[in-house]
Amino acid sequence: MASNVVSPASKTSSRGGDSRKHSDDTRLALLFITPAAVGFLVFLIWPLIRGIYLSFTSYNLLTAATWNGLNNYKQMVLDPVFWNALKVTLEYVVINIGVQTIIALVIAVMMQRLTKSLVVRGIILTPYLVSNVVAALVGLWILDTNLGIFNELLKLIGLNPVGFFTDGPWVIPTIALVNVWRYVGYTSLLIFAGLQTIPPDLYEAARTDGASEPQMFVRITLPLLRPILALVLIISIIGSFQVFDTVSVTTQGGPVDSSRVLQYYIYDMAFGRFRFGYASALSVALLIVLMIVTFIQYRLTRAGQTDLA
Amino acid sequence: MATLAPVDVTTDSTPPTIAPAGRKRVSVGRVIAWVVMVVIMVVTLAPFYWIIRTALSSNGDLLTHPSDPFPVGFSLDSFKRVFGWQTGAAAVAAGGAGQPINFWLYLRNSVIVSCLVTAGQVFFSAMAAYAFARLKWRARGPVFAVFLAGLMVPAIFTFLPNFVLIKELHMIDTLIGIALPSMLISPFAIFFLRQFFATIPNEIEEAALIDGASKVGIFFRLVIPMSAAPITTLAVLTYITSWNDYFWPLMVSYTDKSRVLTVALAVFKSQTPNTGPDWAGLMAATLVAALPMLVLFLVFARRIVNSIGFSGIK
Repeated sequence: MASNVVSPASKTSSRGGDSRKHSDDTRLALLFITPAAVGFLVFLIWPLIRGIYLSFTSYNLLTAATWNGLNNYKQMVLDPVFWNALKVTLEYVVINIGVQTIIALVIAVMMQRLTKSLVVRGIILTPYLVSNVVAALVGLWILDTNLGIFNELLKLIGLNPVGFFTDGPWVIPTIALVNVWRYVGYTSLLIFAGLQTIPPDLYEAARTDGASEPQMFVRITLPLLRPILALVLIISIIGSFQVFDTVSVTTQGGPVDSSRVLQYYIYDMAFGRFRFGYASALSVALLIVLMIVTFIQYRLTRAGQTDLA
Repeated sequence: MATLAPVDVTTDSTPPTIAPAGRKRVSVGRVIAWVVMVVIMVVTLAPFYWIIRTALSSNGDLLTHPSDPFPVGFSLDSFKRVFGWQTGAAAVAAGGAGQPINFWLYLRNSVIVSCLVTAGQVFFSAMAAYAFARLKWRARGPVFAVFLAGLMVPAIFTFLPNFVLIKELHMIDTLIGIALPSMLISPFAIFFLRQFFATIPNEIEEAALIDGASKVGIFFRLVIPMSAAPITTLAVLTYITSWNDYFWPLMVSYTDKSRVLTVALAVFKSQTPNTGPDWAGLMAATLVAALPMLVLFLVFARRIVNSIGFSGIK
């Protein structure tokens, strides 16, 4: 196989002949990382800097941004809609992550102890393959107040239909659960993969000693899974804070502001009211919240350490 | 994003022998666990059935038979509406919005954007991963660390400034404008491929060098073919992610010419009459948007399922 290799650019590596030059690939390496480096600088680093800069300006897209110092931030601190958005987002994250992590853990442990079937794992993962928009539309239909099958079932057992997407207190839990449906399988497969790192003979030994399944779960599975679980939590919480798609498709922030999550408020500020400067300041606030959450979580869960070592 | 890497999950950890005393108790637990598992699987799949059932129904009958488990007033009109084969008047009569809508166009747009993103991201990331895994250069470590730090920047933060940039580049409402920001790099993809490239034995590379191959030749004729499996996995996952993306295309596309399926679905939903939504049409459109990825999943199920896991991130 190797003998067939033709060398269109053999000059680069064999030029010169002395061994030092031969083993130094700097020029080729720079060539190879150029596209990625351009993408990295132009679409990741530059927007990061620019986003922070724009947060100190007044900018409506049409005329050039003008510096207005801390005005956006001063306004943000006094903006009740911002604080409400923060509260609503937190409520969403708590419900979404709480329910999702527990169900995912149950599914993962059951998969580990019951079956390694690819079909089962495939079924569990299926909702992850469709977009948030699809999940939102299906949720909207199934949970519709008048015609939704879920409310029909509620009526069947004698309960009153619920306005899942129209009744203030219900909207955030509903949106959170719709997204649990889409992401729980993915999360459970992540945890499942983590479970595979626990040596099977630990369970065997525990069983010989007469341990029950629940005991094994508490004494073996949970402690050994902790570092993986912490990573899963960090990743899913960061994702959860960025909730937008479902809100945009179903409630558009309503009723009133009861589902106006931070990301939707940012979008609305930028594209509804063309206040890009203020929207950027809100984005910086979200970025800071994410950094704080990650930091606290990392410290609390000691994500980098494992009990296996 | 989570780290995706093939994890060996075929080993069976169930102990081969179970003490007879514990067997009965365990069995009861297993039955309960299986029941829970089946319930979870039904809840997972039921919405898909409900999409199909509704899409095959007609709006008038949905109104009168909301809880019938089978399609009511069976009709394919909803699909005709979605693909623009129905006249405006007929669509309104069937409970639709009447605005012309053509999902073929959106399907085409989604395919183009996802192909551009996947081809660009996977190829350019493979090049960078090769430089980080197999080429010898002085700044390799620090540069890789900087790229890796890029994983920490939440995508959401780059959207607004990137929109301003794409606008300045006059690429608003174009397919290339949607694809460009994610075409050149994914720190995750570089990290993912670098792991595989690094495992290729040095002897193979050295043998190729002795045979007169260049480093470029080694990349194209040795490293890429030998990493076909992880590259395919990465490509499939990138394709799915790109296909399902909503927020960024929503910002960039304004008209039909750059509208991708996710955005078109949301537009379709916002056009439907508020008093009596066109549920049959909406679910038909939903099915059209979701089906390609579900088919892709069927084809690559083993690869996708096994790719989800942690390996390497510490």
